[in-house]
Amino acid sequence: MSVVINHLTFAYTQGGKPLEPTLVDLDFTIEEGSFLGIIGHTGSGKSTFVRHLNGLLPCEKGAVVVDGHDLSVKAERKTVRSLVGMVFQYPEYQLFADTVFEDVAFGPRNMKLDEAEVKNRVQNAMTLVGLDPERFSARSPFDLSGGERRRAAIAGVLAMHPKYLVLDEPMAGLDPLGRREILALLEKLRTESGCTIIMISHSMDDIANHATKVLVLEKGRVCMYDTPQNVFARAEELQKIGLSVPAVTKLCIEMNRRGASVPASICTREAFLNWIREEKKHA
Amino acid sequence: MRDITLGQFVAGDSFIHKLDPRTKIGMMILYIVMTFLVKKIYFLAIPFAYLVIELILSGISLRYILNALKPIRFLLIFMFLLNLLFTKGEHVWLDLGFWQLTGEAVLQSCFLAVRIILLVAGASMLTLTTSPIALTDGIERLFAPLKIFHFPAHELAMMMTIALRFVPTLMDESEKIRSAQMSRGADFESGNVFRRVKSMIPILIPLFVSSFRKADELAIAMESRCYHGGEGRTRMHQLKFRLADLLAILITLTFVAVLIVLLVLFK
Repeated sequence: MSVVINHLTFAYTQGGKPLEPTLVDLDFTIEEGSFLGIIGHTGSGKSTFVRHLNGLLPCEKGAVVVDGHDLSVKAERKTVRSLVGMVFQYPEYQLFADTVFEDVAFGPRNMKLDEAEVKNRVQNAMTLVGLDPERFSARSPFDLSGGERRRAAIAGVLAMHPKYLVLDEPMAGLDPLGRREILALLEKLRTESGCTIIMISHSMDDIANHATKVLVLEKGRVCMYDTPQNVFARAEELQKIGLSVPAVTKLCIEMNRRGASVPASICTREAFLNWIREEKKHA
Repeated sequence: MRDITLGQFVAGDSFIHKLDPRTKIGMMILYIVMTFLVKKIYFLAIPFAYLVIELILSGISLRYILNALKPIRFLLIFMFLLNLLFTKGEHVWLDLGFWQLTGEAVLQSCFLAVRIILLVAGASMLTLTTSPIALTDGIERLFAPLKIFHFPAHELAMMMTIALRFVPTLMDESEKIRSAQMSRGADFESGNVFRRVKSMIPILIPLFVSSFRKADELAIAMESRCYHGGEGRTRMHQLKFRLADLLAILITLTFVAVLIVLLVLFK
């Protein structure tokens, strides 16, 4: 099963007239179990694209099919919304309930699960994001610290047990520790529950370290769709469209400029260290 | 949601657009007085003529006026029918036994409907040709003399400006929160009225929380830039009362005078 994006084109309307299309002929497949990183300049259509993945925006031209459910069919949207979890930018702004428990339970209750299952899922989700259910369940979400609030909001999405988890810049505004925690959580979800992760990020390092596939959007078109190694090897093209490359890639480029011959596909710390070890052996 | 535009201001460069907002507010008040002075449908021709002249001078397309009338169409139909049903008269046009259609009823219904149309169209002429900011500036200046009675004219205008400024922002915000809650399976479209009202809670609470946060941030930002109320504050765009404004007011007053003379003559 997978998410199939079939020639998707989308334009917002203003005063009943369509504007310049935001997405132009997107056509690719997101495999189940992968970690897709989406990068692109501001206004390249990243957020608009992910809003199509659970039918928040209608498919007018083309189609999005999630596990065989075609999102152009209105009746399918509800099913898909429990399959695809969506974490927006600054998700803590969507907290509303009196207690953390009630807020996290909002999604599962909308799925019409029975109370025991709701409780079970809420506690699991809270534990997963590192909020001890004993301590936090009864607290008001508005009393929490910024990082805790974000984790509570993410727990609200995880409690729905999504098969696909879409995150729009989930680390924006967090400190380095908070970022690491979120990334570790995503990695855990992917390896332990087989959850497919689709993440928009401006941090090339995070993408290089975690993504299995990278989608580069430029003016609403697919510019590249490949492994991070292959994408970041095309550093010059990325820089031309106003994007940067991971710190390790920058280092490699600088080293190559000074006469070394580091393979262009190295974009993570591990890969770089491995390469050095290999070089040492041969030397 | 995206298509909603508040304040239907249409930017332009016409004689009407360039008038001082205070003049335009004054003109509108006089215009409303005119429509209320009239008790007979044919005298509405005077405010109607005034409106047509204003419309032509402003270069605003009739479409915008019709758009402004759209929201009140049901009210209009309702009022028209109500008056048709309950106005008593002597000239019976149609007798159904239990109810008579009278000439007076038809005339009265038409009169009220036309008067409402003229009022709404006239009021929208003001908002169509004056930007919200200019409008609040004008209101501030008009109320300024009341300051001696401690009337907070500046504060009122500032609050209106800020409120208008934040409408699109809050609109965006509510759309985002709506999307987020819909992604969590919230359903805003089905169920009865009570269910639907209740389903708004997950949108309204975050919206209020974020409004308070924004208000707080804005207050700090304003204080950091030394805002301390209207005392001694100068403005970037000075309102100027020019010859054109005098002319516009005089023309409007002429219309009012003509109407009053006509009303007295044909009483």
